Amino acid sequence: MNILDTFADARLIENHRPWPRAIVTADGWRHAASQLAQGRWDLVALWGEQRAVHLAVRDPGANGFAVLTLECAGGQYPSVGKLHPPAIRLERTVRDLFGLEPVGLPDARPWLDHGRWDVQHPMGSREPALPMAVPYQFLPADGESLHQIGVGPVHAGIIEPGFFQFTAGGETIVRLEERLGYVHKGIEALMAGANIDRAIKLAGRASGDSTVSYAYAFAMAAEAALGIEAPPRAVWLRALMAEIERIANHLGDFGAICNDASFAIMQVQCAILRERVLRAANECFGHRLMRDCIVVGGVATDLDDAGIASLLQLMTDIGKRLPRLSELYDKTASLQDRTTGTGILSPELARQYASGGFVGRASGRGFDARKVIAYPPYDRIAFEVPMLEEGDVNARVWICIREIEQSASIIRQILEHVRQGPLRTGMTRPDEPREGAALVEGFRGDIFVWMRIAADGTIERCHLRDPSWFQWPLLEAAIEGNIVADFPLCNKSFNCSYSGQDL
Amino acid sequence: MRNILLESLRGALTEPPPPADEEMLAELARALEQRARRRLGRSLAIRQIDAGSCNGCELEIHALNNAFYDLERFGLHFVASPRHADVLLVTGPVTKNMREALERTYAATPDPKWVVAVGDCALDGGMFAGGYACVGGVSIVVPVDLHIRGCPPAPLKLLQGLCALLSEVGTAKASALPVS
Repeated sequence: MNILDTFADARLIENHRPWPRAIVTADGWRHAASQLAQGRWDLVALWGEQRAVHLAVRDPGANGFAVLTLECAGGQYPSVGKLHPPAIRLERTVRDLFGLEPVGLPDARPWLDHGRWDVQHPMGSREPALPMAVPYQFLPADGESLHQIGVGPVHAGIIEPGFFQFTAGGETIVRLEERLGYVHKGIEALMAGANIDRAIKLAGRASGDSTVSYAYAFAMAAEAALGIEAPPRAVWLRALMAEIERIANHLGDFGAICNDASFAIMQVQCAILRERVLRAANECFGHRLMRDCIVVGGVATDLDDAGIASLLQLMTDIGKRLPRLSELYDKTASLQDRTTGTGILSPELARQYASGGFVGRASGRGFDARKVIAYPPYDRIAFEVPMLEEGDVNARVWICIREIEQSASIIRQILEHVRQGPLRTGMTRPDEPREGAALVEGFRGDIFVWMRIAADGTIERCHLRDPSWFQWPLLEAAIEGNIVADFPLCNKSFNCSYSGQDL
Repeated sequence: MRNILLESLRGALTEPPPPADEEMLAELARALEQRARRRLGRSLAIRQIDAGSCNGCELEIHALNNAFYDLERFGLHFVASPRHADVLLVTGPVTKNMREALERTYAATPDPKWVVAVGDCALDGGMFAGGYACVGGVSIVVPVDLHIRGCPPAPLKLLQGLCALLSEVGTAKASALPVS
């Protein structure tokens, strides 16, 4: 049964592609929250507008997607997070940015608003900020001999900022509470009113390590909205870039996780391979991270024969070296001792949070947008989605290793399939508001983009949902009962994006 | 393990040191004329601060430590605390939520210190300038000695900038500077 069929009085919105969007009643909204809470549907995204909230859901059974909208008369709506905890941080964000109150939300604290902006509700009423920031209240932890360690927002390594409040009994972590939002740049507000070329560049700067995947998702949502299609060559080249990005990031993570267990040789070896990948990307597309290479309607740069040759050489090189590195990983007892059984994420939580990427797949949730939605060209590529049940650091490492192998195979297939042809389809002015959505598999998990394009072709509202939204909260759960010294290891094995979540 | 180590590292992966960038040298010379600098020799400790970056700059700063760029051969190394640092390497358009953390990190760094702003956002807020959430440019918050542009700057560009910094610090005549 279609998701929307379960609503008695849903009003379908025209010009929303590729999935349906409907305006529902408050009762319909509560029904959706209850479906999520009962595990029948997955929460894909929850975001706001000036006078409405939107909820994107997926029905795993029927593999259907839908966007539900509730108009918020009186600036409030029934909380989804009250029944379904994965929505809590999303609703705190909607409240911070738009001033819409989720009635019944158990957590009254702000999330992205640290009391440092000049305005409150910057995308809603824009009232002047309170003269003094209210101190943030961390959740209490009671017990004998507990102590607290506050870490951040500036951390000891070359990483992004965030605050971690640990409560520990001796060495063992009893509770971790994250406080994020430090790198909130107001990207969605900057997108409003921007033309599409500027907006896709902003999307490509939501999380630098996923710059290809964000631009990819933005382009697909915009193309769905405008009813245009990228030419075949561009479709292949986009996937090529996305797989190069995936390999580069997984190599970085594999090395860095081992380094956090003091096994530096793996970091050195993986960093060499990663550098070769980035150099090949630069040779092929003119930018090491392939930033701004995907545009709405196609791609901005072409691949020549020299690029193809260097990619093939690189895949051979990785194919030769990776098995030796994974064997070294597997046979080093001191390293296995640190990663096996550490930071276990239960399959139940991964499923409840609809957690994507290697975090979900290491805990038994096999969702991969490339397979489930099979957006072109992945409908024409043979690949497997590796999955494990253990949910520990070791399982996440193995998913990364297996995904590098799969991506190398995908790259070879793409290079066989890709033919000469145009790189970009022209854009037309829509002349009426159009809406589009897309879900693209980045290295970290599925990235969701939703937008409404105004009649003049500018962005009226665009929402970007990073996979980290459904992974950060699970890190808090996975770390419980582990020792403080294993936090870097666990954190790296999740590798959530601060910037992608903070936006 | 020994074989893997030797195989990859044998031969010359490491790039030759790049010449210091002329434009950056000029910017540094101006900065140094204005502010007294004690001679430190060819060794600097760097503390990186993400003040709102998209994490692209961090990826390329990380790459400086790989075998190709091998930053430590220049006596440059990353440290975990601003209290150990000579140089603050700051990225991002400085979000309002990070402003105080940047100011406090700067205050915690002992003199003499240098600030290098990395990336187009760190120069003037880049694409994020003008929003409610960003201050826009590191120099609005702390004094900046050198800007390294790029989105993100490639490791070689970063290396050029840091080498320019080193050569200025290294050649600044102690006699020409006020004695404290």
